[in-house]
Amino acid sequence: MELLAFGDTGWGDELFYATLMTIAVSITAMLIGFLFALIFTPLKLSKYKLLNLIGNFYTTVIRGVPELLVIYLFFFGGSGAIMFVASMFGYYEYIEINAFITGSFAIGIISGAYSTEVFRGAIQSIDKGQFEAAKVLGIKKYIQFYKIILPQMLRLAIPNLSNVWQITLKDTSLISVTGLVEIMRQSYIAAGSTRDPLFFYSFAAVLYLLLTFLSMKLINRLEIKYSRGF
Amino acid sequence: MDLELMINSFPKLLNASVITLKLLSLSLFFGLFIGLLFAVMRMSKNFILNKFSYGYSYLFRGTPLLVQIFIIYFGFGQIEFIRDSFLWIILKEPYWCAIIAFALNTGAYTSEILRSAFQTIKKGYIEAGKSLGISSKIIFYKIQIPIAIRQSLPAYGNEIILMLKGTSLASTVTLMDLTGVAKYIISTTFKPIEVFIVAGSIYLFMTFIVHNLIKFLERKYNY
Amino acid sequence: MNIFKKTIISVLASLFIMTNVYADKIKIGTEGAYPPWNSKDASGKLIGFEVELAWTLCRYIGKQCEIVEQDWDGMIPALLMRKFDAIMAGMSITDERLKTINFSQGYADEVAQLAVMKGSDLEGMDTPSGINLSIGGSSVNKALKTIESALAGKTVCVQTATIHQNFLDSGDVGSVNVRTYKTQDEVNLDLTSGRCDVALAAAVAFTDYAEKSGKPVVLVGPTFSGGAFGNGVGVGIRKGGSGAIGERDAQLLKDFNMAINKARKNGDISRIATKWFGFDASM
Repeated sequence: MELLAFGDTGWGDELFYATLMTIAVSITAMLIGFLFALIFTPLKLSKYKLLNLIGNFYTTVIRGVPELLVIYLFFFGGSGAIMFVASMFGYYEYIEINAFITGSFAIGIISGAYSTEVFRGAIQSIDKGQFEAAKVLGIKKYIQFYKIILPQMLRLAIPNLSNVWQITLKDTSLISVTGLVEIMRQSYIAAGSTRDPLFFYSFAAVLYLLLTFLSMKLINRLEIKYSRGF
Repeated sequence: MDLELMINSFPKLLNASVITLKLLSLSLFFGLFIGLLFAVMRMSKNFILNKFSYGYSYLFRGTPLLVQIFIIYFGFGQIEFIRDSFLWIILKEPYWCAIIAFALNTGAYTSEILRSAFQTIKKGYIEAGKSLGISSKIIFYKIQIPIAIRQSLPAYGNEIILMLKGTSLASTVTLMDLTGVAKYIISTTFKPIEVFIVAGSIYLFMTFIVHNLIKFLERKYNY
Repeated sequence: MNIFKKTIISVLASLFIMTNVYADKIKIGTEGAYPPWNSKDASGKLIGFEVELAWTLCRYIGKQCEIVEQDWDGMIPALLMRKFDAIMAGMSITDERLKTINFSQGYADEVAQLAVMKGSDLEGMDTPSGINLSIGGSSVNKALKTIESALAGKTVCVQTATIHQNFLDSGDVGSVNVRTYKTQDEVNLDLTSGRCDVALAAAVAFTDYAEKSGKPVVLVGPTFSGGAFGNGVGVGIRKGGSGAIGERDAQLLKDFNMAINKARKNGDISRIATKWFGFDASM
């Protein structure tokens, strides 16, 4: 147990902060994922072939390539891409993105692909007659979206989004390359330093279980709230 | 972009995907049995069997695959009585450690897929079978299982793709699978982007094949 | 409008994208998992020979420094993508790496050696106490042959992307069954678990592990130098390209060479090396 002591002798405080980091990265990544979904869901549902193609390319590639590779590609390629964009604006200095943002974006891109699929599925399962009814009633497009589609979509999407959340949370264990010290990396460091991998990896498993358990409780509450009829 | 490196590394990476496919097929094979076993346990009225199955599925679905591999490979490798036991013949090999971790992981997801498939089977089928005097064993094998397979194909197809991607973690326990070889090439060329793009494309091609195979089966069993 | 724009940019800069405001700050990448060269203590602080040396060199250069942690397998790619400006991570100067990056002069000698668990049949291997691959000659060739037959059929473990891996892959000791790990810690764990029959790394990495873990790890065979093992450990720096960034990298190389000269002359390197290795590994 002294391995988990707080302070300079044990790993307790480090693991505690690492857990907070995992939570922070997961939430940020999930939100970034929503942003991506906001862009790509309409593309996937668009009437135009080209936009469709772009939307499908995103979800197919990200969901078809191992998370580890996506993270590596983003980590090594992302800063090059940003510097390239900056150079077009005449900025040739160093640009450094901090580890938290790099990590969150790497996971966010993955999370976004799954969220996009969830939103697309939810929108498509809304009865087509409602769109037509709204049209006939002369309801404006954006009102139609906010008042008719969005509430129904959320209700349909929440159970599946909770899956996306689980995926996102667990994928944060793969971002050690970015140098962000979350649960997995901290356990890795502690296991290396104390030569006790069994203890620290098992403890990491317990921390992840705790996070999934608590977040599921929270999501279940949301689900009950939104599944009331209208 | 170093096109020459991409072209040169392609055959090496293609060669390594054989190991990836081996890992995948063995894990799925064992995982299917584990999944079936735990799905049946989960539906059992026995409290202990039921809770054990629930706990198993919760444990493996609630923790990252990477943690599971590390516990099995690095964790168990440090326990002396495991090293002295017959288990060590298997656990000594990174290859089998990876397969055990993958099979246990996919087994947990498979058990959930099968369970929900079993549960959606209409009670009527079973009762019809019973009233015809068919034994419950035959009902299980001839009615429940085939229907369950058809019901669970789409979800199981997703699970295969998730597992295919999961095998990339075998590289963290020294295996030279597609990701392992990609990392190896990078370790001497220092060009991660080029090599990972080629490796990623190969993975993408494999998911494409799996995806279409499942679509084909779905159409075939759809009556 | 202008103020509005400025505010947004500065908020973005501080929150998300940190542009290099402190252009004078040198960022040094290290692994933090290769004791006693560089590692982390239980308070999460980076420690070790190179961490201490880095602060000393920065003092001589007269600039602020920051030490950045980076996984070993991404070390050179991360330098190239400018996550940091210099590498001090027990990285030996080799011809292969020189194709991609520059090195300062060497600051320490890394002596590589094979290690086994006590009781292994590799103990008492009949070789000279040290061989230099760059010199070669009949005694070196004879030693390599001895090692080749000793390693036949054995699983030899090394950290990935190291001189040790390069040596085993070079064919100098025939075709070896090499297994590569992400960190030296993992190599050590699998050497004691018995998954590895032999391991190859810096001799101090094994003695440090044996001492701290109490495990019976013993060094066997000759110490290696030259050839694939390179010419000592130096500071890795980007090759100076064109433009302001290239000039800065070229200047950094000069600065580090100057600082290493001063630190050597004043006995700093010897002192720090003796503190962490137990002997003077400076060069």
